[in-house]
Amino acid sequence: MSDLREKPRTPRTWRDAQIVQLTLVRFREFLREPEALFWVFIFPVLLTAGLGLAFRSKPEDTAIVAVVTAAGHAPPDIEALLSKSKNVVVHAMTADSAMEALRNSKVALVAVQDASGSVSYKYDPARDESRTARLIVDNALQHAAGRVEPVATTDDYVTALGSRYVDFLVPGLLGMNLLGSGVWGLGFALVDLRRKRLLKRLIATPMSRAQFFTSFLISRLAVLTLEVIALVGFGVLVFHVPLRGSIGSLMFIAVFGALSFSGLGLLVGTRAKTVEAVSGLANAIMLPMWVLSGTFFSASHFPDVMQPFVRALPLTAVNDALRANMLQGASLTAVMPQLGVIAFWVVVCYAVALKLFRWK
Amino acid sequence: MPPAALTVRALRKSYGDVIAVDGLDLDVGAQECFGLLGPNGAGKTTTIEICEGLVDRDSGDVEMLGRTWESDAKGLRQRIGISLQETQLSDKLTVRETLALFRSFYEHPHDVNEVLAQVQLEEKADARIVTLSGGQKQRLAVACALIGDPELLFLDEPTTGLDPQSRRQMWDLIDKFRAAGHSIVLTTHYMDEAERLCDRIAIVDHGKVIARGTPAELIASLGAEQMIEFASAGTAPFDLNELRKLDGIIDARLDAGTYSLQASKLHLAVPALLAFLTAHGAPLTELKTHSATLEDVFVSLTGRHLRDE
Ligand SMILES: Nc1ncnc2c1ncn2[C@@H]1O[C@H](COP(=O)(O)OP(=O)(O)O)[C@@H](O)[C@H]1O
Ligand SMILES: [Mg+2]
Repeated sequence: MSDLREKPRTPRTWRDAQIVQLTLVRFREFLREPEALFWVFIFPVLLTAGLGLAFRSKPEDTAIVAVVTAAGHAPPDIEALLSKSKNVVVHAMTADSAMEALRNSKVALVAVQDASGSVSYKYDPARDESRTARLIVDNALQHAAGRVEPVATTDDYVTALGSRYVDFLVPGLLGMNLLGSGVWGLGFALVDLRRKRLLKRLIATPMSRAQFFTSFLISRLAVLTLEVIALVGFGVLVFHVPLRGSIGSLMFIAVFGALSFSGLGLLVGTRAKTVEAVSGLANAIMLPMWVLSGTFFSASHFPDVMQPFVRALPLTAVNDALRANMLQGASLTAVMPQLGVIAFWVVVCYAVALKLFRWK
Repeated sequence: MPPAALTVRALRKSYGDVIAVDGLDLDVGAQECFGLLGPNGAGKTTTIEICEGLVDRDSGDVEMLGRTWESDAKGLRQRIGISLQETQLSDKLTVRETLALFRSFYEHPHDVNEVLAQVQLEEKADARIVTLSGGQKQRLAVACALIGDPELLFLDEPTTGLDPQSRRQMWDLIDKFRAAGHSIVLTTHYMDEAERLCDRIAIVDHGKVIARGTPAELIASLGAEQMIEFASAGTAPFDLNELRKLDGIIDARLDAGTYSLQASKLHLAVPALLAFLTAHGAPLTELKTHSATLEDVFVSLTGRHLRDE
C-alpha cells in the first residue's frame, strides 16, 4: 500500500463531504426498498381514494322507490308518471318483494296504489333518506299529474367544498402518514443498523454523530415534501379538496410536525435491538394516536375529561393545524397553540433520545 | 524510533460473572503483524474491541500510536482501521457506494478505485453487496478498514468461514498492507493463519496470555520439533510415563484412542517406539508424524485443542 500513499489523491469535491454521503445512503436505502415506497406514497393515496369514494356526499335529490299497483286499478298510471321525473328511480314490484327491498335499504320508499287509484307511501320516518324520498316522489307525482305550482321556483346548487368528509380526511391522512413514515423511517433504519452492527462499525470511524443524525432529517425532509405533494395533490386534483391557507404555512406545519414524529422514531430506535421490538414500540406509540388524534373522525367526539390528553398528542396538533390551514385558511399565528404542542414534543423527544441513544 | 503500535497493561473486563479478559498485557511494535490466537470464548474479541474504543474496560491501560482514548479519541479514530468479527454492510448499497461513505469520514483517505484494486473487487465495484460472496464481503470489510489510510489495522477473525481460496486472497492482502510498513493486530483461531501471517503471537485462553513469542519461538518452546501420533490394536492403554521415558520422546498424551508424542529426535524416537510396541505385543494400526505446530503448543499448554469441534 506504499504505492497508494505516494499517488496524488483526487481533490475532494462537495460529493466527498460526509453529510452528502450519509444523506445519499439514506436516499438509496429508501428508494431501493419498494415496500417503503408503497407505504409512504401509494398507500395513503389509495386510502384517500377509497374513503373519499365510499363517503362521498351523495346527491340527496334522487329517490329510489318501489311501486306496487293493484291489478286493474283506476288511473293514473303512477309508474309511468314517476318515470318521467329524472329525480326518481322506479322499480315495479310485488307487495312482498317491495317490503323486502325497503327493509334491505334497496329502496327508500314503497308507493302502493290501490284499486281506486289513490296512493299510500310506506316508509320508516326515522330514516332521513326515506323522508326525503317521500317528498321528492310525492312532488314528482303531483307535478307529473298536472299540479300547477303557485310560485315559480328554480334550484341553484352550491357545493360546499371544505365541509365534505374527504376534505376532513385528507389533512388527517397527511398527518397520519407523516407520523408513520417518521416513526418507521427512523426507528426501523436505526434498529436495522444496530442489528447488523453497522452502528458499531460507524462509530469506530471518525464519523460525526451530529451529521449522522442530520442525514436522517435531511432525507426525511425530502421524502416528506414528496409525501405532501402526492397526498395533497391527489386530494386537490381528484376530490377538489380546498387549499385555503398559504402553501408555505402548510409546508411549515408539515415539516415541523414531521420533525416531532422523527423525534418519536429516534426515541423508538434508541435502544431496540430487533425489528420486532421496534414494531411493537412503534405500534404502541402510533395506535393511540390513530384512534384519538382525529384522523378519521373529529377528536372533539371524545369526552371532555379526555380532551386535555387528546390535545397534547402531537398528531392531534398536526392534524388540527393542517385542517385549520387547508380548510379554514388559518395563518400560522392562528395555529400557535398547536405549534406549541409540536415544539414541546420536538424538544422532549430529541433531548431524551440523544441521551439514551445506544450505538453498540 | 516510532511509538509502539499498541501497549495493553493489566486489562480486565467482565460481563456479570463471566470474566472475558483477565489481566492481559500486550506489546505490539510498529510495523509488526501481531496475532491473538485462542479458542472461541478466549476473550480475543473483547480485547480487540476495547482497543478499538468500542467496549469499555473495567480496568487496565491501553495506549496506541502514542495516544489513549482519553487523550485523543478523534486522532485515534482517524488513524486506526478496523474490521469487526461480525458486521453486515448494507445489502442495498453497492461496493463503491459503501467505500465512498467510509471514505467521507477520513481526513486523508485513499481513492476508492485504488482500494478496490487493492482488495481485487474492481469487477464488483457497482454490484450490490447482497450479491457478493462471503470472501468478497470480507474483503470489502477490510477495504472499509483501509480506505482511511490507517497506521494500525485491527482485524477480528478475518478469514473465519471463508473457503481456502478466499483465505489465501485475504492473506495476500494482509501481507501487502504489512509490507507497506503498517501495524496489524489480528485475532484468529486458525493456527496455520497465525503461523503464516504473524511476526509475533500471543496465545490467549480464558482471558489471559498463556504464551507469547514468534511462531518459531513458541514451537521451539515445546522442545520438540516433531509430533508422532499412533494408534495400536493393543487392548490395555499404555502407561504414558513409560512412553515418556523412551529415547527421543519428551512428552506423551492420549486423546480419543490416539497417542500423541512430542519427539525431539525422530530418528531415535521411532525405533524406540516400535521396539516398545513389539515388547507389548501390540501391533500398530496407525502411525503419523508431522512437524510441531502452534496447535501442538496450545494442546501442550492447555490439554485442549484450539478448535473443539
Ligand atoms: N456483550 C457480552 N455480554 C456477555 N458476555 C460476553 C459479551 N461479550 C463477550 N462475552 C463473553 O466473554 C467471553 C469472551 O468472549 P470473546 O471476547 O467474544 O471471545 P473470542 O473473541 O475469543 O471468541 C465469552 O465467554 C463470551 O461469552
Ligand atoms: Mg471473537
